[in-house]
Amino acid sequence: MLRVENLTKIFRTGFLGKGEEIIAVNEVSFLLRKGEILSLIGESGSGKTTVARLILKLLRPTSGHIYYKDTDIWDIPSKTYWRKIQAIFQDPYASFNSFYKVDRILKNVFKLFPDKISEEEKDRKIYEVLERIGLDPKEVLGKHPFELSGGQMQRLLLARCLIIDPEVIIADEPTSMIDASMRVILLNILKELSNKAGKSIIFITHDISQAFYVSDRVLVMYRGRIVESDSVEHILFSPQHPYTKRLISDVPKLHEKFKFTLT
Amino acid sequence: MAEKIVNAGRLIVRYKKLLIGVIMLSAMVIFCVPGMILYPVDPRAIIFRDLQPPSSTNPLGTDVFGRDVLAQLIHGTYNSFRIGILAGLIATLIGIAIGATAGYFGGIVDDILNLVTNTFLVIPTLALLIVIASYIRIRSELMMILIIGATSWPWTARAIRAQVYSLKAREFVDLAKISGLPRHEIIIFEILPNMLSYIVMCFTLQMAGAILSEAGLSAIGLGPTALITLGMILRWTIVWEAPRIGTWWWFVPPGLIITLIAVSFLLINSGLDEIYNPRLRRMR
Amino acid sequence: MSLVLEARHIEGGYNLGAGFLKAVDNCDLYAYEGEIVGVAGESGCGKSTLAKLIMGFTKPPLKLVGGKSIVDGIDIYGLSWKERRSLWGKVVTMIPQASMNALNPTKRIRDIIFDVVKEKFPIPPSKSEVLDMAKKRFEEIGLDPVALSMYPIELSGGMKQRAVIAVSTLLNPSFLIADEPTSALDVSTQKLLLELLYTLVRKKIVKTLIFISHDIVTLRQICDKMCIMYAGEILEISDTEAIMNRPLHPYTKGLMESVISLSPSIRKTTLKGIPGAPPNLLNPPSGCRFHPRCPYAMPVCRKKEPSLREVEEGRFVACWLHLR
Repeated sequence: MLRVENLTKIFRTGFLGKGEEIIAVNEVSFLLRKGEILSLIGESGSGKTTVARLILKLLRPTSGHIYYKDTDIWDIPSKTYWRKIQAIFQDPYASFNSFYKVDRILKNVFKLFPDKISEEEKDRKIYEVLERIGLDPKEVLGKHPFELSGGQMQRLLLARCLIIDPEVIIADEPTSMIDASMRVILLNILKELSNKAGKSIIFITHDISQAFYVSDRVLVMYRGRIVESDSVEHILFSPQHPYTKRLISDVPKLHEKFKFTLT
Repeated sequence: MAEKIVNAGRLIVRYKKLLIGVIMLSAMVIFCVPGMILYPVDPRAIIFRDLQPPSSTNPLGTDVFGRDVLAQLIHGTYNSFRIGILAGLIATLIGIAIGATAGYFGGIVDDILNLVTNTFLVIPTLALLIVIASYIRIRSELMMILIIGATSWPWTARAIRAQVYSLKAREFVDLAKISGLPRHEIIIFEILPNMLSYIVMCFTLQMAGAILSEAGLSAIGLGPTALITLGMILRWTIVWEAPRIGTWWWFVPPGLIITLIAVSFLLINSGLDEIYNPRLRRMR
Repeated sequence: MSLVLEARHIEGGYNLGAGFLKAVDNCDLYAYEGEIVGVAGESGCGKSTLAKLIMGFTKPPLKLVGGKSIVDGIDIYGLSWKERRSLWGKVVTMIPQASMNALNPTKRIRDIIFDVVKEKFPIPPSKSEVLDMAKKRFEEIGLDPVALSMYPIELSGGMKQRAVIAVSTLLNPSFLIADEPTSALDVSTQKLLLELLYTLVRKKIVKTLIFISHDIVTLRQICDKMCIMYAGEILEISDTEAIMNRPLHPYTKGLMESVISLSPSIRKTTLKGIPGAPPNLLNPPSGCRFHPRCPYAMPVCRKKEPSLREVEEGRFVACWLHLR
């Protein structure tokens, strides 16, 4: 589906970019296959969100290429590309423009399609997608974002993706701001999208447990580089990089207690 | 009922700055707009004796040409308001256009627009106005508006740029982009509505500034050639040395009105700031 | 073991323009010396509000409408606001969320400490006395006293945490409340903080710790007892191990079935989560507040509100399934 080759992004600061250089993403390469969920794990500042923005054509890479079905994504017209690659972001509260009702964000996506779509057709599509994702259209449509819960908003944003019906969904920390009981439900929807609808998903997270719950393969990013890339089982039983090892040993587990010794 | 009164009282206390500002400003508007109808004396007509103190025929006396000061004030305030509002609008629009473009696009566009903005900021506005105003023979009202509007936008541009810069990093902007919305629609329909309160505040400051600029320019003799404004009244009092000859009814009222207008705009601005900016909202 | 916290029938909420939002309703919470009590619940369940009401931090629009809170023998609401203020830091201290960034960046750690002390005493102790106290506390929690003369920016994440804890426990409060101290930290820093909080209680630097978090996996690492809150009410209180092994309340069960815990089998399990959304507290549902989302709801759940009762030894639950 997607092939990322030697992707590098350097941010420059100062007048005409004469200031400091920050290497956010450093020579990153990976492959995304059809129908799989690939997790990108990293702490804040590891460059994982920059990778997402590069894939979404929201940023231009400093060097390196991203290929969608063997075509460089910068050679594909943006509107065509965004019909194939969509995203859901971390902060549901910032994803909605609080100035408008939530319907707007769903209706806006029809602009990606070249053909004119009638209002009834739009409404029909919206209803269909909302029901597919377990949201009652009567409960969410016509409301302002602040009237909804974080979980409802994130599902609406996923519904937004599904209206477009892309082949790839980039999910950038979609669960970090919603409650645990809702988190699982959202992750289950993602799993189903990959299993049943054959969507390819890049799941970006700082939480290794969530990554292991949803994905087939895992990439671990540390300071702009991919330091580990393997199947979930391999990484869990034989992590190679010290960062991954630390991540696995330090994450609290439900059926184990940390052993602290008093010094 | 009693609770309603208490609640209303609380609101008044909380928003007292805004309220006082609005009341003062409304008083000024009521003074000049219905005033022109209720006091139909021609401000240009030289029909009275010169330099008369206030009396029943001329509530605020007459000036050195024998024109009615109250009529002049009413028309002057109206014209000053008009110049203030239009020039403020122009300055705000230019400021938004330049600030939003710079903030949204960033990079080299931002660098260049920033350079332009900063250049305008360091040029002393008054000096520029004097140069421009003195080259133009007949200074119409429109000319005044354009001159003031075209020189006072940089502060607004800077403020708007900073706001847009922080708003464009919000996720709804990214979502709008990958929904295929064109750039101008993203700026106008996604980003700007979110800073509407901020724009209104900039506009009130720009109007206050424009009214003061008009007064300043006119007072040094660079005002509109054939229009009565508060600044022009001040100009005549200066030329005819009103303070020296003690005709207080002629020079005190226009000065007072200019001050009141500026103060009321500033009160409205800082009152709005308190409402929109929770950090400034005093806890009670 | 003596009782350090005795909070009875605590009720309170926020005065909003649209009405009174009762964020905490009839909550009883006890904590003994040497205990770490976890308070778990999802966003908006009232856990932070409960903490504020316990320590008497009723800054408007927050208001206490009923109940009392006795901390280390002191009846908090028998005191004036000013008297309560003087207790914070000395008897009860709160470590708020994102406290690591609460250190004033322009001051050295020791100057921050002087400021804190100065505020709490009418006649402040001498600087050298304070410095001695601080040195001792720094050593107790494993932080080099050299840090005292450093600026916050010079400290690493872990050191900063220790410094914050040292500053907040400097005046030997008997009762510490930590409100989501670990969220927004990466797992390694999180683990260090958990160890630190654990040490504080086990070394008897503080008598009791109340640890508030939305994450029961984090809580279970160090808490002796756990209290589950939902929609402003306490639904279940038990020993941590008992709750982990056999949750009684359907909500607790739902929470447990929402936990994504790292284990080899995690990929093959399908967790359920809890469908639906928490109620609007301006207009809470009748009967049990969880009944609209509860898979076991019975007719009685809709009509009558269950109260928190001891159903087995040491196990308190508010649910009609367990009340007879």
